[in-house]
Formats: sequence, C-alpha cells, structure tokens
Amino acid sequence: MSKRPEVDAAQMRARYPDVFGRPAAARLATPTMIVAAFAIFIYGLVDLDFSPSRLFNGLSQLGWISMMMIPPDPGSSLPLYLKAMGETLSIALLGTTLAALFALPVSLFAARNVVPSKILRFPIRRFLDSIRGVDTLIWALVWINVVGLGPFAGVLAIAVSDFGAFGKLFSEAIEGADQKQVEGIRASGGSALHEIRFGLLPQVLPVIAGQVLYFIESNTRSATIIGIVGAGGIGLQLAEQIRVLEWQKVSFLILMILVAVAAIDFISSKLRFAIIGRRAVV
Amino acid sequence: MTLAVSILPEQQLAVLNVAYRKAVARKRLRLMAGAGLFVAALIVASIGAEVNLRTFFTYFGNFISYFDRILTLDNGQRVWTNFGEWFWGWRNWLKLLAETLLISYVGTLIGAVFAFALNFFAAENTSPGPWLRFVVRRLLEFARTVPGIVFALIFVIAFGLGPMAGVLAIAIHSTGALGKLFSEIVENADMKPVEGIRSTGASWLSCMRFAILPQVSAGYASYALLRFEINVREASVMGFVGAGGIGQEFIVAIRKFYYSDVSAILVTIIVTVFLIDITTGWVRGRLFGKEART
Repeated sequence: MSKRPEVDAAQMRARYPDVFGRPAAARLATPTMIVAAFAIFIYGLVDLDFSPSRLFNGLSQLGWISMMMIPPDPGSSLPLYLKAMGETLSIALLGTTLAALFALPVSLFAARNVVPSKILRFPIRRFLDSIRGVDTLIWALVWINVVGLGPFAGVLAIAVSDFGAFGKLFSEAIEGADQKQVEGIRASGGSALHEIRFGLLPQVLPVIAGQVLYFIESNTRSATIIGIVGAGGIGLQLAEQIRVLEWQKVSFLILMILVAVAAIDFISSKLRFAIIGRRAVV
Repeated sequence: MTLAVSILPEQQLAVLNVAYRKAVARKRLRLMAGAGLFVAALIVASIGAEVNLRTFFTYFGNFISYFDRILTLDNGQRVWTNFGEWFWGWRNWLKLLAETLLISYVGTLIGAVFAFALNFFAAENTSPGPWLRFVVRRLLEFARTVPGIVFALIFVIAFGLGPMAGVLAIAIHSTGALGKLFSEIVENADMKPVEGIRSTGASWLSCMRFAILPQVSAGYASYALLRFEINVREASVMGFVGAGGIGQEFIVAIRKFYYSDVSAILVTIIVTVFLIDITTGWVRGRLFGKEART
C-alpha cells in the first residue's frame, strides 16, 4: 500500500495562490452588497419616520384593536353584507368574462404566428403593456369618474386591467400552439379565418379557459379591494366599517372575504382540472 | 394516375357513423349545458353588479374624453407641447416616488426576513412538528389572502397616517406570499445533505444552516426581487388610504380634477414600474442565470 505524500498546506497555498484565494472583487462582492442593502434599509427606516416609540404605541393599539375584533359579529347588517359579497363575486365574474371576450381577438393580432408583421404587432403589444402597467385601483378611479360610483365601475375597471393581462397571456398561448394543424388546414384550401377557427382555437381554448378561471379566482381578491375607492362590493363596506371603528364588523367582513376566496379557489381549481387535466395546471 | 380510397361496406359504416354521432352529441350536450350555466351565472351577476348598459353607452364618451382631458393643459394646449408646465411638480413627485420605492424596499426586506424565519417550519420536509407546520401555514395563508391595502387601512388607524403603515402592510403581505414560495423551494431541496449532517449529530438548526440553506438561497433572492417588483406597484396605490407614497398625491389629483397632473403622475408611475421591472429582470438574469427568470 502506497503512502499518501504529505502535503504542506501552507506551501501549496504559496505555490497556487489563484486556486486558494478568490480574487478580492469576488470575495468582497457579497459583504458589500449586504452592507449596502442594510444601509439603504436603515436610511429607509429613518426617512419613513420609524421610531421605536411609534412602533410600540402602534403595536399596543393594534393589540387593542384585535381584542375589540373578537368575537366577529355582523350586528344587524348581515343581509347587507351578503348582498355586498354577491356584488363582489359578480364584479369578478363579469369583469373577467368581459376582459376575455375582448382580449381574444386582440391577442390574435399580437401573436407572431398569426400576424407575422412586426410593425403591426409592436404597437398592439406596447398598448397591452401600458394597460397592464396601471393598477386596477387606478382604473377603478377613472371609471368612477365616467359611470359614477357603484359596482359597474368596478366591473369595467377589472375588465380593462385584465384585458391587458389576457391579451399578453392569450397571445403567448397562441404562439405556443402547434403550427402543423394550421398548415394542414391551409393545405386543404382553408381561408385565414378557417385556419384560426379549426387550426388554432381547438388547441388554445383549453389553455385560455384555464387562465380565465384562474383570473376569476384572483379577481375575487382584487374585487374586494376596489370597493375601497368606491367601486362597490364588500370593500366599500369594509372601508366604511374601518373608518367608523366598528371592529367586530370589520373582523366579520374579513372572515367573509377569506371564506369566499377559499370557496372560489376550491371551485375553480376543480373546474380547471376538469377542463385541462391535472398535468397542464402546474 | 387514379387513386382509390377504400370505403367500408355500407352497414359497417352506418354503425360507426351512429356511434360517432352519439359520442359527439354527448360531448355537445355537455358543452351546451356548461355554456348555459355560465350564461345564467353571467345574467345573475350582471343584475348583482347593477350593470346598466344605458349609462355605459351614455357616458362612454366620457371615458374617451377623459383621456382627452388629462392630456390637455389648463391653457388648452396638448400636454406634450410644454413639458415644464406638464411636469410642474416634478420635484415633489420625484420625492414621493423615492418614498414609494423606499416603502416597497423596506417592506419587502422585512417581509423576506420574516418569511425566511418562518418558511422552514412551513415546509413539509423540514418542519420539526406537524402541528407547528399547520399553525405557521395558516398564519402565512392569512397574511397572503387579506389584501395588502386592507392591512394598510387598519394600520393607518393603529400607527397613524404616513408611510409606516404602508411599510408594515407590505411587509405582512410579503411575508405571506414569500413564506409560501420559500417553503416550496425548501420542499424541492435535496434531503441527502440533511441526512449527512444529521448523521454527524448536528442539531436541527445546523442542518438547516449547512444542508438546506446553500441549496435554496439563490431561489430565495430571486423570489424576493420578484416580490420587490410587485410591491412597487402595490406601494404606488398605498397612498389612496393614507399610507404614504405617491398614491396620496395621485388620488388628490383625480378627486379634484387636476387633469394634467393625473396624466403626469400616471406617466411617472408607469415609467418607474417599467424601469424597476427591467432592472430587477436584469439583476435576476445576472445573478441566477436564465432559468431563474421565469
């Protein structure tokens, strides 16, 4: 059995400095980044008026508020809240459907395999991007200026902001579709519309249906908050009760939202599995 | 050259045709039933949401002209003819924008730290006990499901008006969202290093530190950056409820019909969000390679 040669670590280190020591820049990069991140954090705390006394006072206030929230109690306005919840669900459903209906034709024009011309696609893409860049709450404020306070403004706000998101997602789904079936239709003498109807749509519709369902789910959440700026639904009630410090009602409303979101999650994931099968979801 | 297409005998074909039609009819019936149900739900929903097409068509002109109005200066000219006049308040707006970015930065960092502390308890493979996992998971779920702006509304009352409420609201929401994502990364981590370290008699804490953390830290950083991106959007509307940032100025401009200010602030927000998206996308690409970007 051969004996392993003794290796002097110090000697090796001296002979191959490159192997043992990383360059200074690489060694210093992580600590520098951490220090910089921490410095900005501290600056932020100071700049944003954080102080231990404020934090402590606020926390004790918060503890007191949480005590006031128990037990959740709707008082006498349970029917009103149920109606508001129904309004919220309606806003989510209608807004998403409207958005999907309008986004489908537009997304065709934004897809590379339908419209090869980049000059035509580019403005449509940027248009969709800028719609997406504006928050739903802002769209709600704009629509309130147009159709007045109420849930209808909420429907339109969700429809517009989802229109941007759907336009992008749908066009990506269309671009991912298999081109062979379209070519088959073209070879048998189909027109451009036939190609879309029989070549593309059967492939992308299940994907699109899954996305629409997923958005109905996430819009239930968005629809709860657009009420805060006056666009109807349960958010309106919630914001009002918070302003008048009716904490028992507030906690009841929050519980209602949690239950409704969980229920919609459950239903729509069941439907999604039914439509596109388990594998396509993840 | 003539081609011959072989056709099955008549009666065999008839049986097949009937079977085909039956299968298609069943599928069609199911589709029609689903569509009918959906349309019924839509009708119920449109009654619930007080959809009024008359108002819509009467006022739709308002929607178009709203954009016309916000793109017009007080003196009747288009906004882009006079940038100095359009962005007259840019000093103040930039300051508020910086505050918005700080709110989202501090909020994301606090949220990431809490999510980091909690996620090992929420992950299936590393949690010390099932009851602890259950509690932590429900806690994260709660923080995630209640919208950030609702937390902001409550915190404004507890902590007073100002950016502090916004930071805490964003921090709580980020804790919930990141905690779930982080724990999913941990669940996908390789457990062999953990076994190796445990076999040397190490504690649970050392197992997490030396076996799990080196595998997951890149994923953590990537998700935290993504969250920062989302939080910038969120922080820009926190001001609507008095929780600091540019939202406050924006809602005042909308409510008081300062039309050209609305478009100016909107443009500033969109450009900032766009720049942040590009920057974090670039940083994530640099740090973690292409595959971490999706």
